[in-house]
Formats: sequence, structure tokens, C-alpha cells
Amino acid sequence: MTQPNSVSQPLRPAKPVGIVGYGAYVPRYRLPASEVSRIWTEGTSALPIKEKAVPGLDEDVATMSIEAARNALARAQIDPQDIRAVWVGSESHPYAVKPTSTVVAEAIGAVPNTQAADWQFACKAGTEAMQAAMGFVGSGMAKYALSIGMDTAQGRPGDALEYTAGAGGAAYLIGPAEESLAAIEGSYSFVTDTPDFWRRQYEKYPEHGQRFTGEPAYFKHVTTAGETLMQMMGTKPGDYKYIVPHQPNVKFPQRAAKMMGFADEQVKTGLLVGVIGNTYAGAAMIGLTAVLDEAKPGDNILVVSFGSGAGSDAFHLRATDRIVGKPSLAPTTQQYIARRTQIDYATYTRYRGKLIMK
Amino acid sequence: MEISRNWRLQKQRYGLVGEVCEHCGSKIFPPRDVCPACAEEAKTLYQFSGKGEIYSYTTVYDAPDGYEEQAPYTVAIVKLEEGPLVTAQLTDVDNGKVEIGQQVEMVTRKLREDGERGVLVYGYKFRPSWSDENLRVG
Repeated sequence: MTQPNSVSQPLRPAKPVGIVGYGAYVPRYRLPASEVSRIWTEGTSALPIKEKAVPGLDEDVATMSIEAARNALARAQIDPQDIRAVWVGSESHPYAVKPTSTVVAEAIGAVPNTQAADWQFACKAGTEAMQAAMGFVGSGMAKYALSIGMDTAQGRPGDALEYTAGAGGAAYLIGPAEESLAAIEGSYSFVTDTPDFWRRQYEKYPEHGQRFTGEPAYFKHVTTAGETLMQMMGTKPGDYKYIVPHQPNVKFPQRAAKMMGFADEQVKTGLLVGVIGNTYAGAAMIGLTAVLDEAKPGDNILVVSFGSGAGSDAFHLRATDRIVGKPSLAPTTQQYIARRTQIDYATYTRYRGKLIMK
Repeated sequence: MEISRNWRLQKQRYGLVGEVCEHCGSKIFPPRDVCPACAEEAKTLYQFSGKGEIYSYTTVYDAPDGYEEQAPYTVAIVKLEEGPLVTAQLTDVDNGKVEIGQQVEMVTRKLREDGERGVLVYGYKFRPSWSDENLRVG
């Protein structure tokens, strides 16, 4: 019987685990931040990003998760019947009551011998599903588990969040380390009760604590989680080829990485918020797919998510020899970003259901 | 309210799952348990690749009940690479930029909502193939 880890050790299951397949998804439409500024401030406000991804009329977290999951399966090349858990983390599940995960599991052919559940923790709902999958697989309960972080984020018209609230995310198939394209060598979670951002039941748009969202929320949790995991792993910033922090805008992740001792060069491959927006539960996870599309065997990667409320999940990953040739088995993250159709604010209000129809 | 009908059709609709005839090898969609080519029983499930080409199409401006909010949209008859013809909506495409013979692939999207309070119905649509240049035009 293995001893449970003490709090000075990283989260690490009895049997080593890793990512056996990954897939990104970004919808086709883009709303430039300048369009939001044009409508609400006559073009005078500073723009936190260039543009954000907007889902089409027939897209939601279920359909977007299905496509990301199919991409993950294409790279993993496993039988979907071997998946024993399908977990979708989001703050924009299509139903208040009825799981997104069952739709996804049905569509990819993983039913009926599987667990399925929806996860919620603001922007870190997807990474906590990854940690749970580590336990599910690492305990021997499951051969594979599918963890998805996906969002069609909401922003009140005219609010600061409307510039950045984007759509997209990623799916990860977690499995045995020996089959993985990236081994997850350790993880860590840091959580406190911090009311920086919330959405009450039946409310359409979230509220946020203005400047309170920065120092006590995002920066404290991201840097503590990242630094603590590095301490536990005995690593330094220089040991990593890439770092992927949660990215609500361009400045926050750059600054958080710098505070932890990372250079811009280590951040830029996984920094997508400038061209797809803040994809909430998908943000750190799709940053990681962009990195895995580029990573070489032996590269170390540090991922640190952030969810308001608040907490951060950190992961230490190492790309293995099996990553070679995997990116081309499904559309890459950059191909999704390049697939781009610009829309104006009027089209955006229609696509996002902001027009009163009755 | 057609919960039971949508539920019965969801395997074929979500993933383009049809049947293959064990007698003559024909691939069948939608599944009908009898082979339209040789009239023998055909109940073996078959996962279609989702790839095909546009056989014909039209753009709908005056949409039927339940689809008004998506109009205008283009509906196509798609010839799947395994043979069958399927009628479906196109998505991720600009109306007017569709051509007969264009390569398309299946995606699962929201087909309709049963009002504000009802169920969401998901199913197959087709979009320009990933390898097709049309996907990157915008």
C-alpha cells in the first residue's frame, strides 16, 4: 500500500499518468475589440486584446467540446469505448440542469460504460477535471479519462469583460504515462475563498470585483501555485521551455510569468488571448494545446490555471518521444486561429442572442 | 415536443452512425435495417467517416418553424464518400460561396431549440473540409 502524499509533495498518483491525446477548438468568428470600443466609448478605450472568438448560432459548449474531443481521439488513436470518464468543465453549460458531458460522451461513442459529469469552478473547471482524471487513471480505476475545458463566455454589453469574453477550449485524454505524449509528473492546487468574480443563479451576466480581480485573486493564486509546484518538483523557471498561465488578457499572464521568474520567450507560444479572447475554462488548456503542437521530446512545460472564487491548478508536464507526429493528426491550434471570419458588433449581438425577439 | 423521436435518432444524428450490409457490402444511411441495394437484412452498425462532397444545395431565406433564427442558411445534399446521399444544413460557410463538388466534412452542431424551455436538439451538419481552402477564406 503506497502512502498518501503529504502536503509538501505534489499531487502525483500511484501509477504515473500523462496526456495520450489532445484537441483544441476555436469557433470561426472574430469580434475585434475595436468594435466594442466603437459602440461603447466612441473608440477611445484602451484595447486589452486584438480580437475574440465568437461562436456561431449553432454552437455551444456541447458542440465545441465534441469537436475538441474528436481531435483528442484522433491524436490518441484509442477506442472511445475504453474511456471511463467524460468530464466537461465550463461556466457556460447549455443547460442549468442536464449534463453537457452525456451529449459529448454519446457523440464520441464513449457511452454507456463510462462516468460523465459537468464541472464548475469559473475558469479552472477544466484543469480540476484534469487533476481528477489523473486520480481516476493513476489509481487504476480507468484506463483513460477525458477532461475538457470549454466556454462561450458571457460579458455584459459595454462592460470591461465584453472586450475579452471569448469562446473556445480544449480536450485532454489522460492515460498511462507509458502511452502518453506528455507525462504529467506532478500537480498542485491552491485555493482560498476570494470573491473576485461571480454569477448568481438565473443571472445572465457575471459581476466582478473591478481591481480586486488582480492582486489578491489572479496574481496571488497563479504565482503561489506555480512557485509551490516548482519548489515541490525541485525545478527552476529555467528548467521549462514553456509556461502557460491562465490568460484573462495579455498583460496579466505576462506579468505573472515575470513575477515567477520566466522570460517572455517562455510565455509567448501558449499566449493566445490576444487573438481568441479569454476562453475562461478553456484558456490555460488551449494555451497548452498550442504548446504541445510545437513541443519537442524532453521539453518541460508548466501550466497554471486560475479560477475566480478563487484557485489555481498547476501542472508539470514533460513531452515524451511519442509527441513526434501527433500534432498533424488533427487540426492544430494555430490552424483554428487562422480560420477566421471577422464580424461587426451588430452580427455579434445576433450570434450571442443579445437581441430581444419577442 | 418530440423528445422520444429525437432520442431514438440521436446515435445516427450525433455521429453519423449508419449500417453496413453484410451481404453486399453497401453502406447505409440513414439506418433502416434492410439493405436498399440487395434487400437483405442489414443491422450491423457502421461509423461513417463524415467526409463527402456537395451534390446539390439551396439557400433557405424563408425558414420553417423552429429554424427562423438561423435563416438564411444553406441546405445541401451531400454525397458521402461511402456512397449514400444525405440532406443536411451547411455550417461555417458563407451563403453564396458554396459549389457543387465542394469537399465537406461532418460536424455535430445544434439543430434547433425547442423554445426557451424545451430541449436542445443536436445533430450532423457539414462544413467545408479542413483541407479545403474555403475554410480559411474570411
